[in-house]
Amino acid sequence: MLNLAFPPQLASVVSWLPAAPPSLAFSAAANRLLWPALKALDWQALVGRRYAIRVTDIGLTLRFTVTARGFAPDSGAADLTISASARDFLLLLSRREDPDTLFFSRRLVSEGDTELGLIVKNLLDALDPERVLGRLPTPLARAAQRLMAA
Amino acid sequence: MPLDLICPAGSLVSLKTAIDHGADAVYMGFRDNTNARAFPGLNFDEAQAAEGLRYAHDRGRRVLLALNTYPQPDIWSRWTGAIDRAAKLGMDAVILADAGLMRYAVKNYPQLRLHLSVQGSATSYEAVNFYREHFGIQRAVLPRVLSLPQVENVVRHTDVEIELFGFGGLCVMVEGRCLLSSYCTGESPNTAGVCSPPKAVQWTDTPSGLESRLNGVLLDRYGKDEKAGYPTLCKGRFEVGGETYYAIEEPTSLNTLDLLPEMLKIGIAAIKIEGRQRSPAYVAQVTKVWRAAIDSVKKNAAGFTPAPAWQAELNKLSEGQSHTLGAYLNKLSEGQSHTLGAYHRPWK
Repeated sequence: MLNLAFPPQLASVVSWLPAAPPSLAFSAAANRLLWPALKALDWQALVGRRYAIRVTDIGLTLRFTVTARGFAPDSGAADLTISASARDFLLLLSRREDPDTLFFSRRLVSEGDTELGLIVKNLLDALDPERVLGRLPTPLARAAQRLMAA
Repeated sequence: MPLDLICPAGSLVSLKTAIDHGADAVYMGFRDNTNARAFPGLNFDEAQAAEGLRYAHDRGRRVLLALNTYPQPDIWSRWTGAIDRAAKLGMDAVILADAGLMRYAVKNYPQLRLHLSVQGSATSYEAVNFYREHFGIQRAVLPRVLSLPQVENVVRHTDVEIELFGFGGLCVMVEGRCLLSSYCTGESPNTAGVCSPPKAVQWTDTPSGLESRLNGVLLDRYGKDEKAGYPTLCKGRFEVGGETYYAIEEPTSLNTLDLLPEMLKIGIAAIKIEGRQRSPAYVAQVTKVWRAAIDSVKKNAAGFTPAPAWQAELNKLSEGQSHTLGAYLNKLSEGQSHTLGAYHRPWK
């Protein structure tokens, strides 16, 4: 079992920070890692919609939108908000846990446009993992691969 | 080959995952309402289907195409077009429910292998043999309403291969005839390809719980620690006669690991795992467990018991509260009540 619990003291500090820098960093990372793989799929339905990812135990909210050129930070009211703990997000990203499983057990909360949520889920599921990992620096890619195989 | 493992593939990633974890075959759909998991972003375009077929065939596995909805007269060509593509791509079989489509397939592609979908609702050997005689079907997937002795009776009186559902979400058991969601949405599962069109689904967190609604109709309200389920009308909780409960169907998952020795003995050709709407993580977990279980029962049927670790893994994946053996055990289970399921329903 992974132990990724975030120290509560640190969480209260993070929740105080402005959301813009993390959202900017997230968009930059997503453009580098996800965008090339996403562009191979049917991504147009994502464009112009606003998204929020809430990492509940850290108190961190990432806000972004998707344009024809990729991810961009955003501050407006989200069409879709996905909330979960850092650990559960990592389990999802490493494909060790299924989002429906987390949703049924109430660990993943999706608010807003249900159809958009399903589109996002299905697109993430369809991303070619090798294409995503190939964008990571080698040591990180190896660590991610180990995580996915565990 | 008895007990072939047939796994769900909603995407190319899931298809490869299923094959890598030991599926004998996968089933998939095209990206429209010609299949009963017509969710946005799910399923295969032609290029992805071709790549999936290549991946499976290189490893000696098969790919089946689900074309299991009922065509509407004004867009009949969408369904026949899907059969044309399936034949051109070299699908190992198409899974059909509609007799008109079967006729089209037989006339135009006599070499194309046909499976009768669970949505065809054939529950007797007479019905199965009818499809055999008229369209030459090779396999039938039986609806999840028969007990094992009834299944055995079908197997004994047909030379069509019989496939059973082994694991996953349960349907309200009027497969192929369900119009329930059109009450709320004007679209029925067997024509539009989904039970609850996502555009009509709304989840809201309220002080009294997490609410799911279908076009405004309240389906369920989950308490804080209650497991949630899919937002379908059949699995909602409704007030009937002054009591609020699952009036139509419990949101349980089917799990038949316990029945594998009997399925082997009866001569079941294949076990189907539900869940094309699920993610690659689900496909990996469930395929791994069922591969191990089927290998184990084939090696030693008499000494077979499902490993607790398998059951724990499968329980984790299910919607709702529990698993059930479904109708398969109806005749046998009197007095040894396995789980909620149908047993505590209207005759309460």
